[in-house]
Amino acid sequence: MSTLEIDRARKLYGDLEVLKEVSISIGTGDFLVLLGPSGCGKSTLLNMIAGLEEISGGEIRIAGKVVNDLSPKDRDIAMVFQSYALYPTMTVRQNIEFGMKIRGVSRAERDKAVKTAADLLQMTHLLDRKPSQLSGGQRQRVAMGRAIVRQPKLFLFDEPLSNLDAKLRVDMRTEIKRLHARLGTTIVYVTHDQIEAMTLATRVAVMKDGVVQHLDDPQSVYDRPANVYVAKFVGSPSMNIIPAKLEVKDGNAIAIIDIPGAATAQLAGIPVSSQAAAKYAGRGILVGIRPELFSVTGAASAQKLSVNIDVVEPTGPDTLALFQAGGVEVTARVPPRAVAARTPATLAVDTAKIVLFDAETEQRID
Amino acid sequence: MATNAASFRRQHRIGRAVIYGSLFFMAAFYLMPLWVMITTSVKHLDEIYAGSFIGLPQQITFDAWRTAWSEACNGTACRGLKPYFINSLLLTIPAVIMSTGIGAINGYVITKWRFPGSNVIFGLLLFGCFLPFQAVILPMAQTLGMLGLAGSLPGLVLVHTVYGIAFTTLFFRNYFVSIPDELVRAAKIDGAGFIRIFVSIMLPAALPIIVVSCIWQFTQIWNDYLFGASFTAGENAPITVALNNIVNVSMGRKEYNVDMAAAMIAALPTLFVYVVAGRYFVRGLTAGAVKG
Amino acid sequence: MSRSTPLSNRIENWLPRLVLAPSLLVVLVAVYLFICWTGWISLSSSMIVPKYDFVGLNQYVRLWSTPRWHTAVFNLFVFSTLFLALTTGLGLLMAILLDQKIRVEGTLRAIFLYPMALSFIVTGTAWKWILNPALGVQKVVNDLGWTSFVFDWIAQPTFAIYCVVIAAVWQSTGFAMAIFLAGLRGIDNSVIKAAQIEGASLPRIYRTIVVPMLRPAFLSVIVLLSYIAIKSFDLILALTNTGPGSATEMPSTFMYSATFRRDQMGVGAASAMMMLMTVAAIIVPYLYSELKESRDGH
Ligand SMILES: Nc1ncnc2c1ncn2[C@@H]1O[C@H](COP(=O)(O)OP(=O)(O)O)[C@@H](O)[C@H]1O
Ligand SMILES: [Mg+2]
Repeated sequence: MSTLEIDRARKLYGDLEVLKEVSISIGTGDFLVLLGPSGCGKSTLLNMIAGLEEISGGEIRIAGKVVNDLSPKDRDIAMVFQSYALYPTMTVRQNIEFGMKIRGVSRAERDKAVKTAADLLQMTHLLDRKPSQLSGGQRQRVAMGRAIVRQPKLFLFDEPLSNLDAKLRVDMRTEIKRLHARLGTTIVYVTHDQIEAMTLATRVAVMKDGVVQHLDDPQSVYDRPANVYVAKFVGSPSMNIIPAKLEVKDGNAIAIIDIPGAATAQLAGIPVSSQAAAKYAGRGILVGIRPELFSVTGAASAQKLSVNIDVVEPTGPDTLALFQAGGVEVTARVPPRAVAARTPATLAVDTAKIVLFDAETEQRID
Repeated sequence: MATNAASFRRQHRIGRAVIYGSLFFMAAFYLMPLWVMITTSVKHLDEIYAGSFIGLPQQITFDAWRTAWSEACNGTACRGLKPYFINSLLLTIPAVIMSTGIGAINGYVITKWRFPGSNVIFGLLLFGCFLPFQAVILPMAQTLGMLGLAGSLPGLVLVHTVYGIAFTTLFFRNYFVSIPDELVRAAKIDGAGFIRIFVSIMLPAALPIIVVSCIWQFTQIWNDYLFGASFTAGENAPITVALNNIVNVSMGRKEYNVDMAAAMIAALPTLFVYVVAGRYFVRGLTAGAVKG
Repeated sequence: MSRSTPLSNRIENWLPRLVLAPSLLVVLVAVYLFICWTGWISLSSSMIVPKYDFVGLNQYVRLWSTPRWHTAVFNLFVFSTLFLALTTGLGLLMAILLDQKIRVEGTLRAIFLYPMALSFIVTGTAWKWILNPALGVQKVVNDLGWTSFVFDWIAQPTFAIYCVVIAAVWQSTGFAMAIFLAGLRGIDNSVIKAAQIEGASLPRIYRTIVVPMLRPAFLSVIVLLSYIAIKSFDLILALTNTGPGSATEMPSTFMYSATFRRDQMGVGAASAMMMLMTVAAIIVPYLYSELKESRDGH
């Protein structure tokens, strides 16, 4: 049985439709990340799951029970907020206990729960401090502790790391991942950071303008994005989307890409069904190539293209080489010092991992 | 170069001297009335009539204070300020508590439980901050009469509470908007309801603005004259009305030292609050610039 | 789409409205209904007690043909102009001087501001004594040797209103200073530093850069001081008791004496309505702009 089912959920603010029939379903132990740019409706969806916003249409079920009309406290959830939302006048201990007190949990049980959570998050020494005496990372920890003691069916996180500095963010990310593995809880996590989504999720829902664009496990979303929008949003540097022409030779699809000042590239071995190949034969399409699919050496049989490198940007472990192809700027990730700026180069492409998109609808062609 | 630097430094020093000079001159001017009030109140009347206005008293006497406190006449009785001082306390304390409490709840609802129309309600309340009370005095007098509260202290408490709500609501509204909504959401998830969130989370966090509101209301109500003069009579008058009556009684030789002692007595409570909690007092003042 | 919501949820949803309702009701009655009520009285022939007949604008005609009201309006004009100009100017000067890293800033600020804690009745009583020609400032200067010095404004019908101005300015400058100082502290320091590097002198920096940036503070100060000016009542009573004669009559005192002393309730109500309209003309646009701005700011 699914722990969380969102069934054609809609949200309207007056006439403004912020969420359009969103359907997502995840199982116990899943880590769902809602990923999208600011304003796409992630927090709204999370708040609807939590019961902090009304559901304008559709249904949300937690552990099989429809929760549309349940108040937050009856939904068996816990939530961690971007600003941590610690009660400023209470100590850490009181913050963690507050919900249990309201539920009438006995003193002894409260103490035990606080101790367990504090041990788990290594914050026993902080229990008698006020939130104002804590660092950002410590506040984050307390907020998680407050959620953990509820032992809910579902944890909700709304951009919990975005107020932390870069280093701490990476540490806390790992910690959340470890916590998820240890407690085996089900989590819905909102972020606009695609790296967070990739590292944490077991399921990613990429959203745009209140619509889920792609729902899958992170590697599938990365490898076979559902459309150009998802392709560009996930991965950094993002996937190259190169206008090209599709031709079919002997039943095999070949992408033809114009390259200024060099021979036209002809890439074969693209994974696409023969029906699709036939349908798009002779038409313009978009070719999606991740930067790391390029390489400087390759088997003699590998698909190659000759380009003129404009700029190289060393990043340390490897170098980004920029060149023109199909009328757009293309980025290739190559080993350090493999190519030089303003010189021609021949790059091999792992065409088996190329993705094709319809030029008009921008949807993936399978 | 060296002479340049020296002249620059000299110029700078002259500039500083001018700044400090003007500030101290102004400070002297602002302190003068207080100085005159205090010294006059501890002088003998003969010394005053002999022409000592600004100087130190030759001999300090607290007779005038005693007279002002318990004997001075206000036209009807000669019981000094004491009963009216007590009136003012009896009226100010409940009015401050009630108006602050109501303002706190209103501010909480307006910021954290917005509903369609709550902003309009806030706008309606806000105009009450700037109501010229002359425009409501007549109907208020009629209404108090109908309620059987005419001329009484409870009536005056009611009036001050009602017209204090606008300002206290403004204070709390502006304070609570700066508290993140996520705090309320977190509390809802913890299972707290409307009242619990207010009592356990918002009120403890609002301590500074509670102080501001209490001080502001205390100063306003203690210093009020218009309502006191309009809605109370004789025995029930607040201290400002009694002070004005004492000062304006014209019988025999004018006792300036008693007038000044009486003025000091009327001023002491608010001055005390100002000295003890001036920071909060200033916040109340500048909150009149509505922003939030 | 309608579902049956649990009862406790529904109460919880309505509680905020229920809690706000009494305040709303009280304000609707005590502010808005009472204003209408006063308006009604101003259209009636009420004298000693309210009468609810209708005589059109008769009371307003009577009001505007009362010489005393003309004095009051004229006084209000003179008083507000001087009071606003002096208080704003002095307050700004104090704020700028205090903003120069003054060592005893806290003490000075407290001294400039303490009059705001006093009742206008106390202020009036004190200044009445200070301005008293027989024993006050005039006497002091005379005793110092300048025997021909005369400072008896408070006894002169044409000058008494300036005494009110002096006392009111003394009481309110600290308020203007506090708002200006808050404004100055809110200005980004780097602007001033940049101008200094350009070689601009300090007075010039203040004149051309800092003071223009204080525009919102000016707006607040002027609006709030106008409000204080229009409703000033206690100060007049305590300082001059509208005298000598009726030389320092103001709309607020006029309203009070017409209503409670001279048994002209209708005229009193009409004058109250005139005051209200004046205040509303200043305050309503101000509130509107402040609220709109703060909403846009979100
Ligand atoms: N109370 C509201 N009234 C009207 N529109 C709202 C309200 N809350 C959010 N929105 C709109 O809904 C959209 C989604 O908001 P949100 O869920 O907060 O986005 P995200 O969390 O993805 O950044 C935004 O365009 C926002 O302007
Ligand atoms: Mg968000």
